[in-house]
Amino acid sequence: MDFTLKIWRQENAKAKGRFETYKISNISSDCSFLEMLDQLNETLVDKIEIPICFDHDCREGICGMCSLYINGRPHGPDDDITTCQLHMRKFKDGDTITIEPWRAKAFPVIKDLMVDRNALDKIIQAGGYVSISTGGVPDANSIPVSKKNSDLAMDAAQCIGCGACVATCKNASAMLFVAAKVSHLALLPQGKVEAKERVLRMVRKMDELGFGNCTNTGACEAECPKSITLTNIARLNREFIFAGILSEDKY
Amino acid sequence: MANLLTSSIGKKITMSLAGLFLAVFLLVHLGINMLLIVSDTYTFNVAANFMASNKLIKVVEIVLFLGIFLHIIYGIWLQIQNWMSRPVGYAKSNNSQTSFFSKYMIHTAVVILIFLVIHLVDFFFKSKFMKDSMPPEVAPGIEDMATIVIAKFKQLPFVIIYLVCFLLLGFHLFHAFQSAFQTFGFSHKKYTPCIKTVGVIYALIIIFGYSLIALVIYLSPNY
Repeated sequence: MDFTLKIWRQENAKAKGRFETYKISNISSDCSFLEMLDQLNETLVDKIEIPICFDHDCREGICGMCSLYINGRPHGPDDDITTCQLHMRKFKDGDTITIEPWRAKAFPVIKDLMVDRNALDKIIQAGGYVSISTGGVPDANSIPVSKKNSDLAMDAAQCIGCGACVATCKNASAMLFVAAKVSHLALLPQGKVEAKERVLRMVRKMDELGFGNCTNTGACEAECPKSITLTNIARLNREFIFAGILSEDKY
Repeated sequence: MANLLTSSIGKKITMSLAGLFLAVFLLVHLGINMLLIVSDTYTFNVAANFMASNKLIKVVEIVLFLGIFLHIIYGIWLQIQNWMSRPVGYAKSNNSQTSFFSKYMIHTAVVILIFLVIHLVDFFFKSKFMKDSMPPEVAPGIEDMATIVIAKFKQLPFVIIYLVCFLLLGFHLFHAFQSAFQTFGFSHKKYTPCIKTVGVIYALIIIFGYSLIALVIYLSPNY
């Protein structure tokens, strides 16, 4: 397969970026998108040009490192996958593919297609953890957890913090990410203890970092590689309202 | 409470509460306007006069204007923050699947705001502050609002503007109604689909109800 690639190139965070066009040939339809970029980089290195910088790590859809806004969709033209799980057979031979970095004030470009997603880590640092001492490993079933809550918590805990929700949201809102992190802890007994402080701190940090406001468009849910649902955002809102009314401390 | 009021979620809750209050008002307004076509002009004038003079309604009127003010101010505030949160946009337009109407809330809101100003100048302010330009009272203390409304709806350009605005208002409501409940944290397997259905029915009632009044008055020789 042959492709024309329009790729965003930017020296560093302060430099002005621009699109550059590359032609690439003889790509296998079974090749992953990142492998295709690897091949392009090899040709650039051969020509003594600077290779394209992009994030990647596990390449099996669990680390959340690969990003890329491909033809107007985060992680490209397929559902419930990360970019490393995207294959070139999803494109037509001869296609022009536009590749851009995640665009958000809270995700500044580091270089080319690589963005700084530390903002998501800062939200976790603000309260996305359990700090109480939970003691040693308890006997099985000593803390009752309903199957339903267990399933919902595990569904929310699938969030890999890739930032696709922010990238696709027209408001660059991180609500789905925060909702997933708040939900998976708030649904379980150990997480409930600090639930009020957690939700207030995490939402405050999200606001401080310059993410936009959720307008319930549902784009995040449509693009989440782990199928995190909007019901988590409703739960976040619910947790926040009760915590906001009941909490005596300001966060 | 300070956590609640100053946060992004708090601002949206305030906006949603104000929005739902305005949605209720739209229904009451529609009910009174309907009197023009299902009853007679005198009944409409009596109802309009009741709404303008009743002490309790006057208090609600203040709440209503406060609601409109909050909804607009918070809407603009949140929208500016949203624009600022993505200083550099994408070259390739967003192809993610979203609900159609949710993408154009600010655009429909701007049209509704312009419509609201025209509407207030044409009817509300005229009856409140421009008594000289009002037709004679139909009975002691009862203004003849019906004549003003009918005169307006006999002008084709005015009717077209109204129909377009009602349509866009309906587009706004298609997303707004169910979105408000999501903002309040209300999500339920059984009830959320009901809320979505009620929201669509409500928006359709607003579009067709108001449009029907304008069209009937324009087309009927009885007015």
